[in-house]
Amino acid sequence: MKGNEAFAEAAIRAGADGYFGYPITPQSEVMEYLMAEKPHERTGMVVLQAESEVAAINMVYGGAACGKRVLTSSSSPGISLKQEGISYIAGAELPCLILNVVRGGPGLGTIQPSQSDYFQSTKGGGHGDYRMIVLAPSSVQEMADFAGLGFELAFKYRNPVMVLSDGAIGQMMEKVELEEQRPRFTEEEIIKNTPWATTGKTKNRERNIITSLNLDSAKQEQHNIDLQKKYKLIQEKETRFELINCEDAEYLIVAYGTSARLSQKAVDLLRNQGIKAGLLRPITLFPFPTEAISKLADRVKGILTVEMSAGQMVEDVKLAVGCRVKVEHFGRMGGIIPSPTEVVEAMHKKIIGG
Amino acid sequence: MANITKEEIRKPENLVYKKTDLLTDKALSYCPGCGHGTTHRIIMEVLEEMDIQDKTIGIAPVGCSVLAYDFMNIDMQQAAHGRAPALATAIKRLMPEKFVFTYQGDGDLAAIGTAETIHACNRGENIVIIFINNGIYGMTGGQMAPTTLPGMKSSTSPYGRDTHLMGNPLKMTELVAQLPGTIYVTRQSVHTPSNVRKTKKAIRKAFENQKLNKGVSFVEVVSNCNSGWKMTPVQSNKWMEENMFPFYPLGDIKVNTD
Ligand SMILES: Cc1ncc(C[n+]2csc(CCOP(=O)(O)OP(=O)(O)O)c2C)c(N)n1
Ligand code: SF4
Ligand SMILES: [Mg+2]
Repeated sequence: MKGNEAFAEAAIRAGADGYFGYPITPQSEVMEYLMAEKPHERTGMVVLQAESEVAAINMVYGGAACGKRVLTSSSSPGISLKQEGISYIAGAELPCLILNVVRGGPGLGTIQPSQSDYFQSTKGGGHGDYRMIVLAPSSVQEMADFAGLGFELAFKYRNPVMVLSDGAIGQMMEKVELEEQRPRFTEEEIIKNTPWATTGKTKNRERNIITSLNLDSAKQEQHNIDLQKKYKLIQEKETRFELINCEDAEYLIVAYGTSARLSQKAVDLLRNQGIKAGLLRPITLFPFPTEAISKLADRVKGILTVEMSAGQMVEDVKLAVGCRVKVEHFGRMGGIIPSPTEVVEAMHKKIIGG
Repeated sequence: MANITKEEIRKPENLVYKKTDLLTDKALSYCPGCGHGTTHRIIMEVLEEMDIQDKTIGIAPVGCSVLAYDFMNIDMQQAAHGRAPALATAIKRLMPEKFVFTYQGDGDLAAIGTAETIHACNRGENIVIIFINNGIYGMTGGQMAPTTLPGMKSSTSPYGRDTHLMGNPLKMTELVAQLPGTIYVTRQSVHTPSNVRKTKKAIRKAFENQKLNKGVSFVEVVSNCNSGWKMTPVQSNKWMEENMFPFYPLGDIKVNTD
């Protein structure tokens, strides 16, 4: 299955209630797959092609505010359009799933894969102090797995979750194991699980209001303080990463998504040369595995980050490491995927010999 | 007469008017004389009469009525500026048995939210759209709206709207009436008791239409913004009759509910 299709199928199986999207390469397969699958007949799931990404994310807001499991997908330019909506969703603390199959920018850029939306995804993107939980799949299997995990985390924390993929993983074909179909929640279950949702004011409860507005500054400050507490809790509980060959590593690569795949090959090549290299692959980009990187910084001689961008995640790695060891970035831009040999060369030039 | 007590006066049989329980006790944030408050009241009266408080989800816009959820005692969502029809689309599709309505000003619905309005109407979403057209951006201090009349002064058209420079006013209601997805399109006002009765009837019809499952019911309420127009409430109502109604004539534009 293609990564995009695996994500779509997994979303149906995760009991999604609604998908709202707008076509853009390289993620159009998500909606195409959903439409072809007739989820309306399979599970009762609503799939709607919206008039724009702006409308789609606001449909997600409306559905999420009803306690429904809703999602949208897009690629970089479309995700930019969604930023206002994402900020409102974060402000109103609504759970939802957003897939970004990143392509190269800025502007219309290229339809080829890129990782240049790291800042946008992990540092805000829209206005205000908010965070999304950001999951970075590096295989088709993870594209599928993160649909279910994304919903779980979104509802656990009443927070938007972004699956930050890229054009390579979205388009790539791999074998995938899918979860069994999970039934969609009934209205009774939704009322029980999400008592805050706008399901219609019954006599036995106060009305439910979903808003991100507080005209009283003291209240808005308190709301921000509460949000920050939640983000801190997420950092404590939900940081995920994978360590490959790190036990005896003297040189560390930090990379996620497609870059992690080719960096793993680079680690093998370096090991063949007798260099003890290891890879730390962040699975959550927010929360970022700061502590794990910090611990490794005490024992390695240098760290190379590999990203398909001008160097975005490298800033977070530097924050984790401080000045203890050298941290350098290597990347390609504009839709070019670096080769493992290029990574090996960069390790020699920038870290080992530099 | 003289020895009637307060308690006797308050007996249920002497009651001539009672605020609906679907309006909260919170004091309205609107300027005295503004049409928003009256429109809120009649929507809530309709929901009470139809006994659908527990089945209704309302959407507040960005504009003076952003706090509509403070006054309407129903489940409500607050939308980003102009996006209410997108929210309504999803809510109604995910919960088709509920009654869903948006409440939007002219800046919200006919400027920044034009795309969402047109497409929700064109798709024939089974929702009610209440459109408060006061020809101005009330909330942000009286700037020109897409609906501002030719020659009309606003804070961003201080010498009057020059249509050559600033474009022509947009008749959104006539526009959406052209679309196959709308089944009921009407323009009303709430500045006199008889107009209030007519508008209430129109709003009732719009909500009843949701049971038909056939498309959008769109109710424009031509309203005053005495503050933005820099008039007294009485002057503003007179000005509205003399200037707004000739350009935005009241009455049904499309009734396609059979
Ligand atoms: C994205 C965005 N742009 C601009 C604003 C500022 N703003 C708030 S209300 C408003 C105009 C509202 O006018 P209208 O919809 O006519 O409502 P009224 O206040 O007249 O009832 C504007 C421009 C905003 N809140 N969000
Ligand atoms: S500014 Fe205008 S629209 Fe807003 S409450 Fe006052 S009169 Fe009404
Ligand atoms: Mg207005």
